[in-house]
Amino acid sequence: MVEAVPDLVLSHENTFLVSNSFDEFGLEGPWDSSRMVVVLDHRIPAHNLETAKVHSRIRELVRRYGVQRFHDVGDGVCHQLLIERRYARPGMLVLGTDSHTTTTGAVGAFGTGIGATEMAGVWALGSIWLKVPETVRVTLDGVLEKLVCSKDVALSLASRFGPSGADYRCMEFSGAAVPSFSISSRMTLCNMAMEMGAKAALFPTDEVTREWYPGDDSAVEGGCSSDDDAAFCEEVHVDLGEIPPMVSGPHRVEAAQSVEAFEELQIDQAFIGSCTNGRLEDIESAAGILNGRKVAPCCRLLVAPASREVLSDSIQQGYISAIVAAGGIMLPPGCGPCLGAHSGVLGPGEVCISSSNRNFPGRMGSDAAEIYLASPATVAASAVAGAIADPRRYLV
Amino acid sequence: MRIQGRIWKFGDDVSTDLIIPGRHLNSYDPDHLAAHAMEGASKEFSSQVEGGDIVLAGRNFGCGSSREQAVTALVHSHISCVVARSYARIFYRNAVNLGLPVFESDEAYETFTDGEVAVIDTDLKSPSLSTAGCAHQVMLSAVPHHAARILESGGLVPYVKTRIDGGMLDDK
Repeated sequence: MVEAVPDLVLSHENTFLVSNSFDEFGLEGPWDSSRMVVVLDHRIPAHNLETAKVHSRIRELVRRYGVQRFHDVGDGVCHQLLIERRYARPGMLVLGTDSHTTTTGAVGAFGTGIGATEMAGVWALGSIWLKVPETVRVTLDGVLEKLVCSKDVALSLASRFGPSGADYRCMEFSGAAVPSFSISSRMTLCNMAMEMGAKAALFPTDEVTREWYPGDDSAVEGGCSSDDDAAFCEEVHVDLGEIPPMVSGPHRVEAAQSVEAFEELQIDQAFIGSCTNGRLEDIESAAGILNGRKVAPCCRLLVAPASREVLSDSIQQGYISAIVAAGGIMLPPGCGPCLGAHSGVLGPGEVCISSSNRNFPGRMGSDAAEIYLASPATVAASAVAGAIADPRRYLV
Repeated sequence: MRIQGRIWKFGDDVSTDLIIPGRHLNSYDPDHLAAHAMEGASKEFSSQVEGGDIVLAGRNFGCGSSREQAVTALVHSHISCVVARSYARIFYRNAVNLGLPVFESDEAYETFTDGEVAVIDTDLKSPSLSTAGCAHQVMLSAVPHHAARILESGGLVPYVKTRIDGGMLDDK
């Protein structure tokens, strides 16, 4: 066990809860506000009075504490901003009051989720107790088929590990195929490692990482890779060429199978977005399928880019035009639908296919709704078909 | 401390979405959260749970979202503790930080049934769960030292306060 000093501490709307606990200490402010990142992303823009009050309180708080890295509604999803704004760097320890803080492993930062009161303790002490985890190594080899992406790899891994197969462990990705994974697709894998229980997930610092920080060699100085003789508690090998488009659900992330097993299952809603799959390459792959086609009449397609930058780039590339022309509905950059907190809530008996990370009962609204998880390409193909569909059918 | 209560038994992988669904997170009122505790897993729990009751669960209890409100909802349901075969990492830390005793045991899960009245001994070093007449006692895993120190303080806030008052902010 170690008492560790974090390089970055992240909180979103639950900054409100953190400050409630922190106020009990009677301290003037957090130990180091320059290490804080605060993002309003879960319920944006405020949809009721309770949320509006929470947002106001947080705005007041970041002013008082002098938090420079504050992102108000519309900037994007917290995990996206940590990487996009280059706050997270290789070798950093990142603590976030959100389970998907594992996402920062894409740039070689050890990110892990904690609760709000725990964060209040970190704000006060500037440190946290952590058990140094064992590591499970996932070796990626081969080449992904067209329209198969890192989300399909993640769902395939979830079916092997189950919801707690990586509990208390760090999941490290390695292998000859690592250079073929963009930062964006690395984020998806590190993000989904949480759904296997991982405490953190890490990609090695390589050329792809270095290119993420152009002209700033010092940014990657803390980067590391495993020693040749490193010990792993478990080794898993993935042949990427064998992975089909995957769909998981309903109710359990590990209930993932090839899309074939679910084809023609009618859907009411399709959602593309979230910290898992709301980035430019995700929207590009969805727009490629939607371009010149129409969303099925019985189906709603919701798209929430992961950040303002992703939205802006998607507009420039023409992806948003394609989505809107197809009948898609654009939502502001945020988390809302993924957790049933804001927009796109599901009613009883409704079926949704989503590019997000969890399909637990009640996650997106009614306990009696069904959520299926898939890649953005599979979600887009399903929206067009009005039923779960193999995106490879839409290859042009 | 020995407390008698009803066992509320749940299966494996009970997520925080089941413990307190996202649609209720608009409110930070602990009593509102308690009124919807375990809503995704049991329709009866929140209306029938009584002070001292025991949540007994399978593997990976509290998986998923890091939302601390899952623990808040249970604490304000006034349960005495959770006994599970295992916990998701963040839920376990949140429980300790909010002063909710959490114990591990495979045997307790296999021994006790839903609705049964049992007696929990929350001694962190040698916790146990016994049948109502104490005819049968199952020893639970001792709480790890560091977590026990926080629980003994009543949670992380009082624990950190003690450190601040002791001038321990400067010695790291």
